[in-house]
Amino acid sequence: MSFFKKLKEKLAGQKESVTSKFKDGLSKTRHSVAQKVNNLVKRYRKVDEEFFEELEEILITADVGVHTVMDLIDELKDQARSRNIKETSELQDVIIEVLAKMLTKDEEETKLRLNPDGTTVILMVGVNGVGKTTTIGKLANRFKQEGKSVLLAAGDTFRAGAIDQLEVWGKRAGVDVIKHQEGSDPAAVIYDALQAAKSRKVDVLICDTAGRLQNKVNLMKELEKVKRVISREFPGAPHEVLLALDATTGQNALSQAKEFGKATDVTGIVLTKLDGTAKGGIVFAIRHELDLPVKFVTLGEGIDDIQPFDADAFVYGLFSEMMTEAGGDAE
Amino acid sequence: MAFESLADRLQETFKKIRGKGKVSEADVKEMTREVRLALLEADVNFKVVKDFINKVKERAVGQEVLKSLTPGQQVIKVVQDELTELMGSEVSKLKIAQKPPTVIMLVGLQGAGKTTTTGKLANYVRKQLNKNPLLVAADVYRPAAIKQLETLGKQLNMPVFSLGDQANPVDIAKQGLEKAKADHHDIVFIDTAGRLHIDEAMMEELRQIKAAVNPDEVILVVDAMTGQDAVNVAESFNESLDITGVILTKLDADTRGGAALSVKAVTGKPIKFAATGEKLDALEPFYPDRMASRILGMGDVLSLIEKAQASVDEEKAKEMEKKLRDLSFTLDDFLDQLAQIRKMGPLEDLLAMMPGMNKVKGLKNVKIDEKQLSHIEAIIRSMTPQEKADPDIINASRKKRIANGSGTSIQDVNRLLKQFKDMKKMMKQMMGMTKGKKKKGLFNLPFM
Repeated sequence: MSFFKKLKEKLAGQKESVTSKFKDGLSKTRHSVAQKVNNLVKRYRKVDEEFFEELEEILITADVGVHTVMDLIDELKDQARSRNIKETSELQDVIIEVLAKMLTKDEEETKLRLNPDGTTVILMVGVNGVGKTTTIGKLANRFKQEGKSVLLAAGDTFRAGAIDQLEVWGKRAGVDVIKHQEGSDPAAVIYDALQAAKSRKVDVLICDTAGRLQNKVNLMKELEKVKRVISREFPGAPHEVLLALDATTGQNALSQAKEFGKATDVTGIVLTKLDGTAKGGIVFAIRHELDLPVKFVTLGEGIDDIQPFDADAFVYGLFSEMMTEAGGDAE
Repeated sequence: MAFESLADRLQETFKKIRGKGKVSEADVKEMTREVRLALLEADVNFKVVKDFINKVKERAVGQEVLKSLTPGQQVIKVVQDELTELMGSEVSKLKIAQKPPTVIMLVGLQGAGKTTTTGKLANYVRKQLNKNPLLVAADVYRPAAIKQLETLGKQLNMPVFSLGDQANPVDIAKQGLEKAKADHHDIVFIDTAGRLHIDEAMMEELRQIKAAVNPDEVILVVDAMTGQDAVNVAESFNESLDITGVILTKLDADTRGGAALSVKAVTGKPIKFAATGEKLDALEPFYPDRMASRILGMGDVLSLIEKAQASVDEEKAKEMEKKLRDLSFTLDDFLDQLAQIRKMGPLEDLLAMMPGMNKVKGLKNVKIDEKQLSHIEAIIRSMTPQEKADPDIINASRKKRIANGSGTSIQDVNRLLKQFKDMKKMMKQMMGMTKGKKKKGLFNLPFM
């Protein structure tokens, strides 16, 4: 059975909306990557050095990262050799298979870790301008719609207007926001929010933090402190530390994941702004080099423009064009 | 820095070649491959890299490199020359209208830093060009974006024009300009909402704003950490709005900033400023040649020198030198020197700017704790003038007092005193060395 057939069957049971959302959001990615692979396959009949060079180019342009691309290409070369593939059309399936395998390891790990007996505390971290506050608004709305009680902590006391921004999102989602004044100690806000979460017995507390560049030692220490405060007040918390990552970011995303990981033990990634033309290839690099799972992707400015990351759907969206073409034999 | 520098990588390649005695075309190919990888790792767009490498190859395969005794350095030089040519070498200034007010419009993707940059740029023109700016809040979409600009306006003590978030951005821009004229502001900054370059309706809105206010500058704000997509963004915004320049933000991150090269290559428009920090004065003119060095990982020596010149008071430096010479260096002077160094900015930034710093073992990932410096300052400040002039009088009870006063421990005080003593001893030896050299040509360093 071809890879696509398997994937199609697997996806058949899924809600149409999920996959179509991915398709919409990723249409640009799909166009560029899938079309290029198609063109590539058409242009080169034989699997040779030149073919691989061009494939390398396509992946690099998707921000996958040079090292990851090289490993991928090596793997593909091995596969081609061992399966005795000589025609590029045969390799097409292998390319997608290798990519998908890289993202899909264990479906459990892409799910949010919720606290079964009490408040789940989620800490949101990331560099400036990646969309932390917006993502929190979307997440809050999501939890609310699942029937959970949600509280937000306005931990970004630094950026002008950040507290107001979170309050607007709180209002939209219909959840309360615990805040202090701009310029106050973020750890103190978080502390108050933790106390409020305890007394109100909320299901989910999401803590916002100020954007900070990962190479600012003092700011990263401040973040460590925030995390310490959370762990002290709620043993076992934070249950999730989510790193918001802008899909347009290049190789620096790796450095971000590394440094934020060191400071706060990041548990997962939210890949934001995937509705642009950025290819989101960093997902592969981060998976490959740091083994951090992507938990959510965000695809627009609406409050429900957030989806749990589903590697199958991601790959499906990425290559759905190729699937319909290659799927000719599947009908 | 997250990446090894190009210089380091080329060095590796040359090691392989060294035994051969002659550099072949294949070797040059290997070298340009390293250059290619370095540029790609720095997020320079693939196509831009390709064109660039072809140019470098042409020159490198030509006689100048192959015949050279130091092909490695030659290749680096060729690369740097070509990079500088591509980036441009002139610092590009802001265009100021002959008849005020000058209108400057800032555009870009979400989260690039438009609003903060608007504040920084307004602050810059007021300080450097003596202008009287008006800020116009035309981002009606992002929650609290107007509030953000208003807060910045308050911090800068600068008026902000807004019509709330229900008004049409085109109207806001128009009326903002009218307001500026009426109030005799000679420069107007229009902060627009972040948008995707593929969002046709939103791009149309920008075209309408542009048509309505006829700006002198349309500046694209680009995140320095942007990856390969930078070319698509820059191309679209440029085609749609015919931008006049670019501001690169978040350049204080540990990114090589290859996006700068991509953007310049596809738009041909100059990068005018770089934003380098959280504070409102963290905006600098963009120096293309220095960026070229940064992308290649060759250090930013010029910036470092300039920073040092701007911060170190020359008078004080001379005085210090004299004190060092006659050994009357006290803890007070030490404190003074600390303050001078700190004025130059975070020490890590300074270290990162020095070439070769990546190679020094243990320094590669060094993080200097600025707090440590604060502790030292606190300790010295807790001493009496007598103690500062003559640390030898500091006995146990004085130490206890100093530790209490500075919120540190006696161990901290001891450590500082010992360091200071060692430092003085070292100076003495250095002085003795130069003297001794003159007299007998002998060194008296302990290890000699």
